[in-house]
Amino acid sequence: MRASLPSYELIAPENLGPALEMLAQAPGVWKPFAGGTDLMVLLEAGKLPHRKFVSIWKLPELRRIEVSPESLAIGALSTYTEIQRNEILQCEFPLLCRAASETGGIATQNRGTLGGNIANASPAADSPPALLVYDAQIELISAKGTRRLPYRDFHTGYKKIQMRDDELIWRIHLSRALKQRKEYYRKVGTRRAQAISKICFAAAASVEKGRINDVKIALGSVAPTVLRATETEKTLYGEKLSSALLKSAQAILVREISPIDDMRSTAVYRRRVAQNLLAEFFDAMSS
Amino acid sequence: MLDRAKKIRVRCTLNGSMVTLDAYPMARLLDVLRDEAGLTGAKEGCGEGECGACCVELDGELVNSCLVPALQAEGATIRTIEGVAKGEKLHAVQQAFITHGGAQCGICTPGMVLAAVNLLKRKPHATETEIREGLSGNLCRCTGYTKIFAAVMASCRDMDRTVEG
Repeated sequence: MRASLPSYELIAPENLGPALEMLAQAPGVWKPFAGGTDLMVLLEAGKLPHRKFVSIWKLPELRRIEVSPESLAIGALSTYTEIQRNEILQCEFPLLCRAASETGGIATQNRGTLGGNIANASPAADSPPALLVYDAQIELISAKGTRRLPYRDFHTGYKKIQMRDDELIWRIHLSRALKQRKEYYRKVGTRRAQAISKICFAAAASVEKGRINDVKIALGSVAPTVLRATETEKTLYGEKLSSALLKSAQAILVREISPIDDMRSTAVYRRRVAQNLLAEFFDAMSS
Repeated sequence: MLDRAKKIRVRCTLNGSMVTLDAYPMARLLDVLRDEAGLTGAKEGCGEGECGACCVELDGELVNSCLVPALQAEGATIRTIEGVAKGEKLHAVQQAFITHGGAQCGICTPGMVLAAVNLLKRKPHATETEIREGLSGNLCRCTGYTKIFAAVMASCRDMDRTVEG
Protein backbone atom coordinates (compact mmCIF):
# COMPACT_ATOMS: atom_id res chain seq x y z
CA MET A 1 0.00 0.00 0.00
CA ARG A 2 1.28 3.47 -0.86
CA ALA A 3 2.37 5.77 1.90
CA SER A 4 0.38 8.80 3.01
CA LEU A 5 2.61 11.71 1.99
CA PRO A 6 1.42 14.28 4.56
CA SER A 7 2.65 12.00 7.34
CA TYR A 8 6.26 12.32 6.18
CA GLU A 9 8.44 15.27 7.04
CA LEU A 10 11.60 16.07 5.15
CA ILE A 11 13.64 19.14 6.04
CA ALA A 12 16.85 20.34 4.40
CA PRO A 13 19.26 22.35 6.57
CA GLU A 14 21.76 24.29 4.48
CA ASN A 15 24.86 23.26 6.37
CA LEU A 16 26.24 20.44 8.43
CA GLY A 17 26.06 22.32 11.77
CA PRO A 18 22.27 22.79 11.83
CA ALA A 19 21.77 19.24 10.51
CA LEU A 20 23.80 17.81 13.40
CA GLU A 21 21.88 20.03 15.85
CA MET A 22 18.58 18.59 14.62
CA LEU A 23 19.89 15.04 15.08
CA ALA A 24 21.28 15.91 18.55
CA GLN A 25 18.23 17.71 19.97
CA ALA A 26 16.04 14.65 19.99
CA PRO A 27 18.07 11.59 19.04
CA GLY A 28 16.10 9.08 17.04
CA VAL A 29 13.34 11.52 16.12
CA TRP A 30 15.06 12.75 12.95
CA LYS A 31 16.88 10.39 10.65
CA PRO A 32 19.20 11.23 7.77
CA PHE A 33 18.00 11.01 4.16
CA ALA A 34 20.64 11.17 1.40
CA GLY A 35 20.03 10.26 -2.26
CA GLY A 36 16.84 8.32 -1.55
CA THR A 37 17.61 5.26 -3.66
CA ASP A 38 16.78 2.93 -0.77
CA LEU A 39 14.36 5.01 1.32
CA MET A 40 12.10 6.11 -1.55
CA VAL A 41 11.61 2.47 -2.53
CA LEU A 42 10.42 1.69 1.00
CA LEU A 43 8.22 4.80 1.00
CA GLU A 44 6.46 3.80 -2.21
CA ALA A 45 5.93 0.28 -0.91
CA GLY A 46 4.36 1.69 2.28
CA LYS A 47 7.22 0.17 4.29
CA LEU A 48 8.97 3.25 5.63
CA PRO A 49 7.98 3.27 9.31
CA HIS A 50 10.02 6.31 10.31
CA ARG A 51 8.33 9.64 9.55
CA LYS A 52 10.77 12.51 10.08
CA PHE A 53 13.85 12.91 7.92
CA VAL A 54 16.65 15.41 7.55
CA SER A 55 17.73 15.76 3.93
CA ILE A 56 21.54 15.75 3.94
CA TRP A 57 21.86 15.41 0.15
CA LYS A 58 23.17 18.90 -0.44
CA LEU A 59 25.44 19.31 2.58
CA PRO A 60 28.70 20.47 1.01
CA GLU A 61 30.81 19.25 3.94
CA LEU A 62 29.95 15.62 3.16
CA ARG A 63 30.53 15.80 -0.56
CA ARG A 64 34.27 16.21 -1.11
CA ILE A 65 36.89 13.64 -1.98
CA GLU A 66 40.05 14.91 -0.26
CA VAL A 67 43.45 13.65 -1.30
CA SER A 68 46.68 13.66 0.67
CA PRO A 69 49.92 11.82 -0.14
CA GLU A 70 49.09 9.16 2.44
CA SER A 71 45.34 8.76 2.15
CA LEU A 72 42.01 9.58 0.59
CA ALA A 73 39.01 10.87 2.53
CA ILE A 74 35.82 10.16 0.58
CA GLY A 75 32.87 12.28 1.72
CA ALA A 76 29.92 10.08 2.65
CA LEU A 77 27.69 11.75 0.05
CA SER A 78 30.00 10.92 -2.83
CA THR A 79 27.84 9.18 -5.41
CA TYR A 80 28.77 6.01 -7.27
CA THR A 81 29.22 8.23 -10.33
CA GLU A 82 31.61 10.57 -8.53
CA ILE A 83 33.60 7.60 -7.25
CA GLN A 84 33.98 6.20 -10.76
CA ARG A 85 35.02 9.58 -12.14
CA ASN A 86 37.80 10.14 -9.57
CA GLU A 87 41.14 9.38 -11.20
CA ILE A 88 42.99 8.43 -8.03
CA LEU A 89 40.26 6.00 -7.05
CA GLN A 90 40.38 4.56 -10.58
CA CYS A 91 44.15 3.99 -10.35
CA GLU A 92 44.62 2.97 -6.74
CA PHE A 93 41.29 1.58 -5.60
CA PRO A 94 39.86 -0.21 -8.65
CA LEU A 95 37.70 -2.58 -6.59
CA LEU A 96 35.70 0.36 -5.24
CA CYS A 97 35.22 1.82 -8.73
CA ARG A 98 34.22 -1.58 -10.04
CA ALA A 99 31.68 -1.96 -7.21
CA ALA A 100 30.31 1.52 -7.94
CA SER A 101 29.95 0.70 -11.64
CA GLU A 102 28.00 -2.47 -10.85
CA THR A 103 25.52 -0.84 -8.47
CA GLY A 104 22.25 -0.24 -10.32
CA GLY A 105 22.07 1.70 -13.58
CA ILE A 106 23.40 5.18 -14.35
CA ALA A 107 20.39 6.92 -12.77
CA THR A 108 20.91 5.03 -9.52
CA GLN A 109 24.66 5.67 -9.60
CA ASN A 110 23.95 9.41 -9.90
CA ARG A 111 21.95 9.41 -6.66
CA GLY A 112 23.20 6.52 -4.55
CA THR A 113 25.95 7.45 -2.10
CA LEU A 114 28.81 5.55 -0.51
CA GLY A 115 27.65 6.60 2.97
CA GLY A 116 24.13 5.48 2.18
CA ASN A 117 25.36 2.12 0.98
CA ILE A 118 27.18 1.69 4.31
CA ALA A 119 24.42 3.05 6.57
CA ASN A 120 21.69 1.04 4.88
CA ALA A 121 23.73 -1.92 6.13
CA SER A 122 22.51 -4.50 3.67
CA PRO A 123 24.67 -7.64 3.65
CA ALA A 124 24.18 -7.59 -0.14
CA ALA A 125 25.59 -4.08 -0.63
CA ASP A 126 28.19 -3.83 -3.40
CA SER A 127 30.78 -1.36 -2.11
CA PRO A 128 31.39 -2.68 1.46
CA PRO A 129 33.36 -5.77 0.34
CA ALA A 130 35.75 -3.44 -1.51
CA LEU A 131 36.02 -1.16 1.54
CA LEU A 132 36.79 -4.17 3.75
CA VAL A 133 39.56 -5.31 1.42
CA TYR A 134 41.09 -1.82 1.51
CA ASP A 135 40.94 -1.75 5.33
CA ALA A 136 38.87 1.44 5.22
CA GLN A 137 38.35 3.58 8.30
CA ILE A 138 35.02 5.26 8.84
CA GLU A 139 34.72 8.68 10.45
CA LEU A 140 31.48 9.66 12.14
CA ILE A 141 30.47 13.17 13.10
CA SER A 142 27.96 14.54 15.58
CA ALA A 143 27.37 17.80 17.44
CA LYS A 144 29.71 16.40 20.10
CA GLY A 145 32.64 15.82 17.74
CA THR A 146 34.06 13.13 15.52
CA ARG A 147 35.25 9.59 15.99
CA ARG A 148 36.99 7.19 13.71
CA LEU A 149 36.84 3.42 13.68
CA PRO A 150 37.93 0.56 11.44
CA TYR A 151 35.18 -0.20 8.93
CA ARG A 152 35.52 -3.92 9.68
CA ASP A 153 34.11 -3.27 13.18
CA PHE A 154 31.23 -1.12 11.92
CA HIS A 155 28.68 -3.82 11.11
CA THR A 156 27.81 -5.72 14.27
CA GLY A 157 24.85 -7.83 13.11
CA TYR A 158 22.13 -7.97 10.49
CA LYS A 159 21.36 -4.31 9.73
CA LYS A 160 23.11 -3.32 12.97
CA ILE A 161 25.83 -0.68 12.84
CA GLN A 162 28.06 1.13 15.32
CA MET A 163 26.45 4.52 14.85
CA ARG A 164 24.42 6.58 17.31
CA ASP A 165 21.19 8.30 16.33
CA ASP A 166 22.87 11.71 16.58
CA GLU A 167 25.71 10.77 14.23
CA LEU A 168 26.26 10.95 10.50
CA ILE A 169 28.87 9.16 8.45
CA TRP A 170 31.25 11.98 7.55
CA ARG A 171 33.90 10.32 5.43
CA ILE A 172 35.60 7.09 4.57
CA HIS A 173 39.39 6.97 4.76
CA LEU A 174 41.52 4.80 2.50
CA SER A 175 45.24 4.41 3.02
CA ARG A 176 47.34 4.84 -0.13
CA ALA A 177 50.23 2.79 1.28
CA LEU A 178 49.23 -0.46 -0.37
CA LYS A 179 50.14 -0.69 -4.02
CA GLN A 180 50.93 -3.08 -6.83
CA ARG A 181 48.56 -5.76 -5.82
CA LYS A 182 46.55 -8.39 -7.61
CA GLU A 183 42.96 -7.32 -7.22
CA TYR A 184 39.79 -9.22 -7.93
CA TYR A 185 36.09 -8.30 -7.75
CA ARG A 186 33.13 -10.22 -8.94
CA LYS A 187 29.47 -9.75 -8.28
CA VAL A 188 27.25 -12.68 -9.25
CA GLY A 189 23.62 -11.78 -9.84
CA THR A 190 20.68 -12.97 -11.90
CA ARG A 191 21.80 -10.76 -14.77
CA ARG A 192 24.92 -8.73 -15.37
CA ALA A 193 23.33 -5.30 -14.97
CA GLN A 194 21.03 -3.97 -12.29
CA ALA A 195 20.76 -7.09 -10.17
CA ILE A 196 21.17 -7.36 -6.42
CA SER A 197 23.97 -9.82 -5.74
CA LYS A 198 23.52 -13.50 -4.99
CA ILE A 199 27.13 -13.32 -3.85
CA CYS A 200 29.84 -10.71 -4.11
CA PHE A 201 33.57 -11.39 -3.73
CA ALA A 202 36.33 -8.79 -3.42
CA ALA A 203 39.97 -9.56 -2.78
CA ALA A 204 43.48 -8.20 -3.07
CA ALA A 205 46.85 -9.82 -2.60
CA SER A 206 50.50 -9.05 -2.88
CA VAL A 207 52.22 -12.00 -4.54
CA GLU A 208 55.95 -12.38 -4.99
CA LYS A 209 57.46 -15.32 -6.88
CA GLY A 210 54.31 -17.31 -6.35
CA ARG A 211 54.18 -16.62 -2.61
CA ILE A 212 51.25 -14.75 -1.07
CA ASN A 213 52.73 -12.04 1.15
CA ASP A 214 49.54 -10.25 1.99
CA VAL A 215 45.94 -11.06 1.23
CA LYS A 216 42.53 -9.68 2.04
CA ILE A 217 39.22 -11.25 1.10
CA ALA A 218 35.69 -9.94 1.71
CA LEU A 219 32.29 -11.21 0.67
CA GLY A 220 28.74 -9.94 0.45
CA SER A 221 25.41 -11.83 0.59
CA VAL A 222 26.84 -14.84 2.44
CA ALA A 223 26.31 -13.83 6.09
CA PRO A 224 24.20 -11.44 8.23
CA THR A 225 26.74 -8.70 7.44
CA VAL A 226 29.36 -8.14 4.78
CA LEU A 227 32.24 -10.32 5.87
CA ARG A 228 36.05 -10.30 5.97
CA ALA A 229 37.16 -13.90 5.47
CA THR A 230 39.98 -13.71 8.00
CA GLU A 231 40.33 -17.47 8.55
CA THR A 232 40.70 -18.04 4.83
CA GLU A 233 43.23 -15.22 4.68
CA LYS A 234 45.29 -16.89 7.46
CA THR A 235 45.37 -20.11 5.47
CA LEU A 236 46.84 -18.28 2.49
CA TYR A 237 49.18 -15.92 4.23
CA GLY A 238 52.85 -16.65 3.44
CA GLU A 239 52.00 -19.74 1.39
CA LYS A 240 52.96 -20.63 -2.17
CA LEU A 241 50.15 -20.72 -4.70
CA SER A 242 49.17 -24.30 -5.48
CA SER A 243 46.08 -26.35 -6.16
CA ALA A 244 46.45 -28.05 -2.78
CA LEU A 245 46.44 -24.64 -1.10
CA LEU A 246 43.32 -23.65 -3.05
CA LYS A 247 41.58 -26.81 -1.92
CA SER A 248 42.30 -26.25 1.77
CA ALA A 249 41.40 -22.55 1.51
CA GLN A 250 38.08 -23.45 -0.14
CA ALA A 251 37.32 -25.80 2.76
CA ILE A 252 38.01 -23.04 5.27
CA LEU A 253 36.03 -20.44 3.32
CA VAL A 254 32.93 -22.59 3.14
CA ARG A 255 32.98 -22.94 6.94
CA GLU A 256 33.57 -19.25 7.43
CA ILE A 257 30.48 -18.09 5.55
CA SER A 258 26.88 -18.69 6.63
CA PRO A 259 24.68 -18.14 3.61
CA ILE A 260 20.92 -18.66 3.65
CA ASP A 261 18.18 -19.52 1.19
CA ASP A 262 16.31 -16.38 0.17
CA MET A 263 14.43 -14.91 -2.79
CA ARG A 264 17.66 -14.37 -4.75
CA SER A 265 19.50 -17.62 -4.28
CA THR A 266 20.14 -20.67 -2.10
CA ALA A 267 22.72 -21.44 0.55
CA VAL A 268 23.99 -24.42 -1.47
CA TYR A 269 24.54 -22.29 -4.57
CA ARG A 270 26.25 -19.53 -2.60
CA ARG A 271 28.65 -21.96 -0.91
CA ARG A 272 29.58 -23.48 -4.23
CA VAL A 273 30.03 -20.14 -5.99
CA ALA A 274 32.07 -18.70 -3.09
CA GLN A 275 34.54 -21.55 -3.64
CA ASN A 276 34.52 -21.04 -7.40
CA LEU A 277 35.21 -17.33 -6.99
CA LEU A 278 38.12 -18.13 -4.68
CA ALA A 279 39.48 -20.31 -7.49
CA GLU A 280 39.11 -17.39 -9.91
CA PHE A 281 40.95 -15.18 -7.45
CA PHE A 282 43.75 -17.78 -7.41
CA ASP A 283 43.90 -17.49 -11.21
CA ALA A 284 44.16 -13.71 -10.83
CA MET A 285 46.97 -14.09 -8.28
CA SER A 286 48.81 -16.49 -10.57
CA SER A 287 48.62 -14.29 -13.65
CA MET B 1 -3.10 12.95 13.23
CA LEU B 2 -0.29 14.93 14.80
CA ASP B 3 2.63 16.41 12.93
CA ARG B 4 1.30 16.42 9.42
CA ALA B 5 3.77 17.83 6.92
CA LYS B 6 2.66 20.88 4.98
CA LYS B 7 3.05 21.34 1.27
CA ILE B 8 6.11 23.30 0.24
CA ARG B 9 6.78 25.50 -2.74
CA VAL B 10 9.43 23.94 -4.97
CA ARG B 11 11.05 26.47 -7.26
CA CYS B 12 12.95 25.00 -10.15
CA THR B 13 13.79 25.47 -13.80
CA LEU B 14 11.72 23.02 -15.78
CA ASN B 15 12.54 22.56 -19.46
CA GLY B 16 13.97 26.07 -19.54
CA SER B 17 11.18 27.88 -17.65
CA MET B 18 11.16 28.96 -14.02
CA VAL B 19 8.26 27.28 -12.25
CA THR B 20 6.94 26.94 -8.73
CA LEU B 21 5.28 23.66 -7.83
CA ASP B 22 3.32 22.89 -4.67
CA ALA B 23 4.08 19.50 -3.21
CA TYR B 24 4.55 17.56 -0.01
CA PRO B 25 8.27 17.41 0.71
CA MET B 26 8.39 13.63 0.34
CA ALA B 27 6.23 13.55 -2.82
CA ARG B 28 7.95 11.78 -5.67
CA LEU B 29 9.30 14.14 -8.31
CA LEU B 30 7.64 11.85 -10.86
CA ASP B 31 4.18 12.57 -9.44
CA VAL B 32 4.87 16.28 -9.10
CA LEU B 33 5.93 16.49 -12.74
CA ARG B 34 2.94 14.53 -13.96
CA ASP B 35 0.22 15.90 -11.67
CA GLU B 36 1.36 19.44 -10.84
CA ALA B 37 3.33 20.38 -13.95
CA GLY B 38 1.17 18.37 -16.35
CA LEU B 39 4.19 16.73 -17.95
CA THR B 40 3.14 13.13 -18.47
CA GLY B 41 6.10 12.05 -20.60
CA ALA B 42 7.93 10.49 -17.67
CA LYS B 43 6.19 7.20 -16.91
CA GLU B 44 5.89 5.04 -13.85
CA GLY B 45 7.05 1.51 -14.52
CA CYS B 46 8.29 -0.20 -11.40
CA GLY B 47 8.28 2.65 -8.87
CA GLU B 48 11.51 1.36 -7.34
CA GLY B 49 14.35 2.60 -9.51
CA GLU B 50 14.78 -0.55 -11.58
CA CYS B 51 13.16 0.21 -14.93
CA GLY B 52 14.11 3.78 -15.90
CA ALA B 53 10.69 4.69 -17.38
CA CYS B 54 10.59 7.75 -15.11
CA CYS B 55 14.07 9.07 -16.03
CA VAL B 56 14.59 12.83 -16.16
CA GLU B 57 17.68 15.00 -16.02
CA LEU B 58 18.22 16.76 -12.69
CA ASP B 59 20.99 19.35 -12.85
CA GLY B 60 22.25 17.60 -15.97
CA GLU B 61 22.42 14.13 -14.44
CA LEU B 62 20.08 11.27 -15.29
CA VAL B 63 17.89 10.29 -12.32
CA ASN B 64 14.89 8.09 -11.64
CA SER B 65 12.24 10.67 -10.77
CA CYS B 66 10.31 8.07 -8.75
CA LEU B 67 13.18 8.08 -6.22
CA VAL B 68 13.65 11.84 -5.87
CA PRO B 69 11.63 13.57 -3.14
CA ALA B 70 10.16 16.92 -4.23
CA LEU B 71 12.11 18.82 -1.59
CA GLN B 72 15.41 17.81 -3.21
CA ALA B 73 14.30 19.34 -6.52
CA GLU B 74 14.26 22.81 -4.94
CA GLY B 75 16.48 25.10 -6.99
CA ALA B 76 17.24 22.37 -9.53
CA THR B 77 17.32 22.50 -13.30
CA ILE B 78 15.14 19.72 -14.65
CA ARG B 79 14.76 18.46 -18.19
CA THR B 80 12.03 15.97 -19.04
CA ILE B 81 11.39 14.26 -22.36
CA GLU B 82 9.13 17.22 -23.26
CA GLY B 83 12.24 19.44 -23.20
CA VAL B 84 14.39 17.35 -25.54
CA ALA B 85 13.08 18.47 -28.95
CA LYS B 86 13.69 22.08 -29.92
CA GLY B 87 10.22 23.16 -30.99
CA GLU B 88 9.30 20.97 -33.93
CA LYS B 89 12.87 19.86 -34.46
CA LEU B 90 13.51 16.46 -32.98
CA HIS B 91 16.76 15.56 -31.26
CA ALA B 92 18.98 13.21 -33.29
CA VAL B 93 18.17 10.40 -30.84
CA GLN B 94 14.42 10.90 -31.21
CA GLN B 95 14.69 10.90 -34.99
CA ALA B 96 16.83 7.76 -34.89
CA PHE B 97 14.25 5.95 -32.74
CA ILE B 98 11.65 6.69 -35.43
CA THR B 99 13.93 5.72 -38.31
CA HIS B 100 15.07 2.46 -36.71
CA GLY B 101 11.79 1.42 -35.09
CA GLY B 102 13.19 1.81 -31.57
CA ALA B 103 9.76 2.11 -29.94
CA GLN B 104 6.79 -0.23 -29.69
CA CYS B 105 4.38 0.20 -26.77
CA GLY B 106 6.14 3.44 -25.83
CA ILE B 107 6.22 3.18 -22.05
CA CYS B 108 10.01 2.89 -21.84
CA THR B 109 10.65 5.28 -24.72
CA PRO B 110 10.79 8.66 -22.90
CA GLY B 111 13.23 7.27 -20.33
CA MET B 112 15.19 5.37 -22.95
CA VAL B 113 15.52 8.46 -25.16
CA LEU B 114 16.57 10.65 -22.22
CA ALA B 115 19.12 8.05 -21.07
CA ALA B 116 20.55 7.99 -24.60
CA VAL B 117 20.55 11.80 -24.91
CA ASN B 118 22.29 12.06 -21.55
CA LEU B 119 24.84 9.41 -22.54
CA LEU B 120 25.68 11.13 -25.84
CA LYS B 121 26.05 14.44 -24.02
CA ARG B 122 28.76 12.82 -21.85
CA LYS B 123 30.16 10.52 -24.54
CA PRO B 124 29.37 11.81 -28.02
CA HIS B 125 31.26 8.91 -29.61
CA ALA B 126 30.03 6.19 -27.28
CA THR B 127 31.06 2.65 -28.15
CA GLU B 128 28.57 -0.18 -28.30
CA THR B 129 29.67 -1.29 -24.82
CA GLU B 130 29.24 2.22 -23.45
CA ILE B 131 25.77 2.39 -24.98
CA ARG B 132 24.84 -0.94 -23.40
CA GLU B 133 26.12 0.27 -20.02
CA GLY B 134 24.48 3.68 -20.44
CA LEU B 135 21.07 2.12 -21.11
CA SER B 136 21.36 -0.78 -18.67
CA GLY B 137 19.06 1.00 -16.20
CA ASN B 138 16.27 1.25 -18.78
CA LEU B 139 14.17 -1.84 -19.33
CA CYS B 140 12.10 -2.55 -22.44
CA ARG B 141 9.74 -5.50 -22.67
CA CYS B 142 8.84 -5.10 -26.36
CA THR B 143 11.73 -4.48 -28.69
CA GLY B 144 14.35 -6.93 -27.52
CA TYR B 145 16.66 -3.89 -27.45
CA THR B 146 18.24 -4.54 -30.86
CA LYS B 147 16.44 -1.70 -32.60
CA ILE B 148 17.03 0.61 -29.67
CA PHE B 149 20.78 -0.04 -29.86
CA ALA B 150 20.65 0.46 -33.62
CA ALA B 151 18.91 3.80 -33.10
CA VAL B 152 21.42 5.01 -30.51
CA MET B 153 24.38 3.79 -32.57
CA ALA B 154 22.97 5.67 -35.56
CA SER B 155 22.38 8.82 -33.54
CA CYS B 156 26.02 8.73 -32.40
CA ARG B 157 26.93 9.10 -36.06
CA ASP B 158 24.18 11.68 -36.71
CA MET B 159 25.17 13.81 -33.71
CA ASP B 160 28.24 14.93 -35.59
CA ARG B 161 26.01 16.51 -38.20
CA THR B 162 23.34 18.10 -35.99
CA VAL B 163 23.13 20.50 -33.11
CA GLU B 164 24.47 19.29 -29.77
CA GLY B 165 21.77 17.98 -27.45
